[in-house]
Amino acid sequence: MKSSVIIFPGSNCDRDMDVALKKFGFKNKMVWHNDAEIPKSDLIVLPGGFSYGDYLRCGSIAGKSRIIKSVIDFANSGGLVLGICNGFQILTETGLLPGILQQNKYLNFICKNVFVKIKNKENKYFKNIKKEVLELHIAHNEGNYFCSNDELKSIEDNGQIALTYCDNKGNDDEHNNPNGAIKNIAGIFNKDKNILGMMPHPERMIDSFLSGEDGSLFFENLIGSL
Amino acid sequence: MKVKVIVTLKNGVLDPQGKAIQQTLNGMTFDNVSEVRQGKYFDIEVNENDESKAKLQVEEMCKKLLANLVIEDYKIL
Repeated sequence: MKSSVIIFPGSNCDRDMDVALKKFGFKNKMVWHNDAEIPKSDLIVLPGGFSYGDYLRCGSIAGKSRIIKSVIDFANSGGLVLGICNGFQILTETGLLPGILQQNKYLNFICKNVFVKIKNKENKYFKNIKKEVLELHIAHNEGNYFCSNDELKSIEDNGQIALTYCDNKGNDDEHNNPNGAIKNIAGIFNKDKNILGMMPHPERMIDSFLSGEDGSLFFENLIGSL
Repeated sequence: MKVKVIVTLKNGVLDPQGKAIQQTLNGMTFDNVSEVRQGKYFDIEVNENDESKAKLQVEEMCKKLLANLVIEDYKIL
């Protein structure tokens, strides 16, 4: 399986993602934001970081970069596009995913392990993961997911909520909401479920010595379902 | 010509920075400040002499880049 990780000026999780993808069997290529085309891929990843220094709004400048047209074409033809953290912000800024990620409610940069509940397994990203709750890492200043009430209803009706923040038992109530995100949303799909944006970093949870293994479950499932 | 744009959060959208500024002002004895909303200001030099044409262009810029209409409104001054 072939994957491509797009590098923007200011991306900083691109190499971690490269390591993770290769560890689980992807033939990964790194693609520069100013390239016009993406090599033939089964998966495109927009990695975490601070593209363009988070100028204007997080992800807004990257969302207009040269490579993005190819990402949008690939996504619209059904290709899998995964955006992690800043990648999620870029996906909302391009309009591929609804809503926006605002500054965290209490204005703090949050860097810690959290539990997230898988809300929909009828998709390639989560379908064969046995667990309901994953322990993953978050590190962000703008992860406070927001959308209009109409949009939220449509997201819920279409099963587009992918992950919610919760405790280790899967309680995704307001007590387990680190950043103020509406409905504890940590990740969402597009309607067709081929595009996933999520704030947690699965690529940081692929080694039991360093962190944890729940990210491994994510990548093992992903390559298995392609 | 120069076109000026202000981008603000829509009414009802949480503005934690505005809230923090308000609380700080209250703590500085400006205790009659009941709300602060923070926004962005842009000074855009457009190489165009026709004011209405320039403003039309800036309007497009606002819709496509300067503001995210999910949470923000823009005003061309």
